[in-house]
Amino acid sequence: MYDSGKIIPGLIIFVLFITFPVWYNHGDAGAVPKPELPKIEKKCVLPTADMRADHMQLLIDWRTEALRDGKREFFQVDGKPFQRSLQNTCMACHKSKKKFCDTCHTYASAAPYCWDCHLAPVE
Amino acid sequence: MDKKRREFLKIAGISTLAGLGGTAVVDRLVTGTSPVRAGAAHEVGSAGNGDAPRTAAGEHGQDKEKVKSGNRYGLVIDMRKFNATPGLAEKCIKACHFTHNVPHFHNKKDEVKWIWLAGYENVFTEHSNYYKNEDLEKHQVLTLCNHCDDPPCVRACPTKATFKTKDGIVAMDYHRCIGCRFCMAACPYGSRSFNWRDPRGGLDMKHLNREFPTRMRGVIEKCNLCVERVSIGKLPACVEATGDTKAIVFGNLNDPNSEIRKVLRENYTIQRKPSLGTHPSVFYIV
Repeated sequence: MYDSGKIIPGLIIFVLFITFPVWYNHGDAGAVPKPELPKIEKKCVLPTADMRADHMQLLIDWRTEALRDGKREFFQVDGKPFQRSLQNTCMACHKSKKKFCDTCHTYASAAPYCWDCHLAPVE
Repeated sequence: MDKKRREFLKIAGISTLAGLGGTAVVDRLVTGTSPVRAGAAHEVGSAGNGDAPRTAAGEHGQDKEKVKSGNRYGLVIDMRKFNATPGLAEKCIKACHFTHNVPHFHNKKDEVKWIWLAGYENVFTEHSNYYKNEDLEKHQVLTLCNHCDDPPCVRACPTKATFKTKDGIVAMDYHRCIGCRFCMAACPYGSRSFNWRDPRGGLDMKHLNREFPTRMRGVIEKCNLCVERVSIGKLPACVEATGDTKAIVFGNLNDPNSEIRKVLRENYTIQRKPSLGTHPSVFYIV
C-alpha cells in the first residue's frame, strides 16, 4: 500500500470522529426527565405505569369515541367523573404543558402534533 | 390455428353487445329504479312515523322515506324575528365564532366562516327573486351548514374526515382532514371554509374559548351544530345567543312532539335548494 503511514492514521481519526457521539455519551443517559405531577389530584384515569406506556393510545381511543361515536358524556373512575378530552380533562390536572408533556417528549425526541390545534393551558 | 375471419367477427360482435348492454341490463334488474329523490324536501319533517311501511327496494323508487329512528337535529330560523331585532344575527355570529375559535382575517380570500349573513337571492337561488318585498330587500339571511340528511360533502370526502353522526350532525374530524377541498366543491351551500393560513394568526390568542381547539393550516372547517355542547345537554351557541326571542329553534326533527316539529307544523317553511335532494335540516320562515 502506498502512503499507508498517512492513510491508516487518517482512517483511525475518521472512525473516531464519526463515532464521537457514541463513545462521548457512553454510559450516560442524560438527565432523566422528571415530569411535574399535579399537586391536588393523586389518581389518574389509569395506573401510572399504564399511562406512561399507553397514554397515546388512550388519547387516540378517546378521540375516536368522543368524535366518531359521540361518547362525550362523563364516565366514572373511582367515583370521580371524567370526560374524554385532552384539553379539558388531562390538562385540567396537568396544568403545565412545559413541565409535564414536554419534559419527556423533548427527552425522547417525540414531537406529537396535538398542540397544532389543541390549546395548551396558559402558563 | 385456423380461425376464420368470419368467426372472429361473430365472436367480437357478440362480446361487444354483451359488454355494452349487459351492465345496463344487470343494473336495471338489480335496482329497478332511477334516482329520483328530489322534490320531497318539504315533506322531510312531515312523515315522521317510524313505523311507516317501507316500500320494497325496486318499487319505482319515488320518495323512499327512510325509517326514522334516533335523533336528527335541526334548526328553524325565523327571519321575521331577526328582521324585527336588528343586531341579533350579528350577536349569533359572534357567539358562534367565539365558541369555536373561528379566525377572522381582513381579507375575503382567506375568510373562514361557520355562520354568516347573505342576501336573500344568494341564499334562496331557486326561489323567484322578481319584485321582492321590502323585508327581503333590506335584510340579510342567517346562513350556516344545513346538516343535510344526504350530505354530498360526506360522499366526496376521500378520508372520511367528514361524516354524519348518529344524531344527524354532519361533523368534521380535523385529525383526518388532508385538505383536498373535495367537500368544499361538493357542498352546494358554500358552508365550508379552507384554512389557507394558520388560523391562530387570525385569532386574538388572549381571548379564546379554551375549552375548544383551534384548527391548523390546511384543513377544512365548518359549523358542527355545536355537537360538543348538544351532547352534554346545552343548546347550540347561536340558539343560546338569540335568548328568549325564539328566532332560532333547535330540536330533534325525528321527534313528533319536539318544539321544532311544532314550529314546522304551524308555519310555512322553506329550505335552501330543495331540488338537489340533500334534505337540509335547516328550515327558514320567511
